[in-house]
Amino acid sequence: MEETKQTKLDLNNLKAGGFIKERGKNLFTVRLRVPGGRMSVSRLKKIAEVAEKFGGEFVHLSVRQSIELININFKDFDAVVEELGEKQQKVASCGARVRVPVACGGCEYNPNGLVDTQKSALEVDEKLFGTPTGHHKFKVAFAGCPFDCPKSSTNDVGFSGAIEPTLDKATCISCGLCVKSCVPKALVIGENNKPVLIAEKCIWCGDCVKVCPTEAWSVKKKGYTVRIGGKWGRNPLVGTLFATFLPEDKAVDFIAAVLEWYKLKAEGLGRIRLGDTIIKEGADELLNHLRSQFPQYVVTETIAPQIIQTQVGTH
Amino acid sequence: MQTIDLRGISCPTNFVKAKLALEDLDDGTAANILLDDGEPVKNVPRSLKADGHKLLGLKQSDEGHYILEIQKVEE
Ligand code: SF4
Ligand code: SF4
Ligand code: SF4
Repeated sequence: MEETKQTKLDLNNLKAGGFIKERGKNLFTVRLRVPGGRMSVSRLKKIAEVAEKFGGEFVHLSVRQSIELININFKDFDAVVEELGEKQQKVASCGARVRVPVACGGCEYNPNGLVDTQKSALEVDEKLFGTPTGHHKFKVAFAGCPFDCPKSSTNDVGFSGAIEPTLDKATCISCGLCVKSCVPKALVIGENNKPVLIAEKCIWCGDCVKVCPTEAWSVKKKGYTVRIGGKWGRNPLVGTLFATFLPEDKAVDFIAAVLEWYKLKAEGLGRIRLGDTIIKEGADELLNHLRSQFPQYVVTETIAPQIIQTQVGTH
Repeated sequence: MQTIDLRGISCPTNFVKAKLALEDLDDGTAANILLDDGEPVKNVPRSLKADGHKLLGLKQSDEGHYILEIQKVEE
């Protein structure tokens, strides 16, 4: 008892959250900040040391790429934060804030990757992590290509890498590989066995560019396809298209503009996610707001986030 | 011309087998690689291209599989 009274904690450490109450008395989970899921081997070793010293038998890998230290006594918070090394390994967030962005490996070593998702995740983490939204949590994800392994469109703002292909007919040797590789069947064989692009079917995956033996296909435009308003949980929504070929270095500003709108429009609506705010206010409201700042990239029209009927619980 | 038959072998084993078979060829030699329709014909050619080899053409055989003509390029 005596000891409990004397416990002093630096409450600043708890500000952004990331310390989550467990079942056991005095025990907490400490969620670590791992933007994009990238963890250096040396840091991993350090985390293992800290987990061994202060935590339980195991750590937990969260679905959003975090490492969570389990069974941490709240009295050890300061020591855990200090030993992790405040510079190298920060604690993550919870609550109504911008969360740690997730990302796939992207283009660095994944052959499908078209953009540097890791770089984007780090930038967003650095500039926007922990920003209070005033309403609810706010999640961001980056996928390196339209295959979208990180399920970006179930995030408040989801980015997936894209390229627009262009053909130099003279260089084409009519091998047919691109037509065979194009899964959405956006390519058909035309005159002289050269491919013809049906633009509206193209998902901008770049497979044609990657397979073409003569570089007849090349990249005309590159950037992110941006979907907004997704979420999972009790009443899932899939985000819808708001921008195309957004340059990688504009991702942070774009998210900031979405946040600005969300903070304002969700005022007075209670604990509401971005997607539901868009459904209430109308997708055009947000589209117009974004168009004023990103005219070249915002799409001409869109639809509200799409409701997924999960069939359990009528509302 | 040498034929490397990768029919009935799934990804990525077919690509690894192709790599091993190409190791035995001299630089600049052409070979025919037989691939099943579906994933193999979508994946193997582009992986071989990424390894630096030259893709020369693709034909579908009467039996339905694909014949990829390739030239070995030593790194
Ligand atoms: S989204 Fe694309 S780049 Fe990212 S892991 Fe999936 S296939 Fe690879
Ligand atoms: S980018 Fe993808 S979808 Fe578009 S034409 Fe090329 S292979 Fe087909
Ligand atoms: S893969 Fe390249 S060379 Fe072959 S048909 Fe397509 S554009 Fe022409």
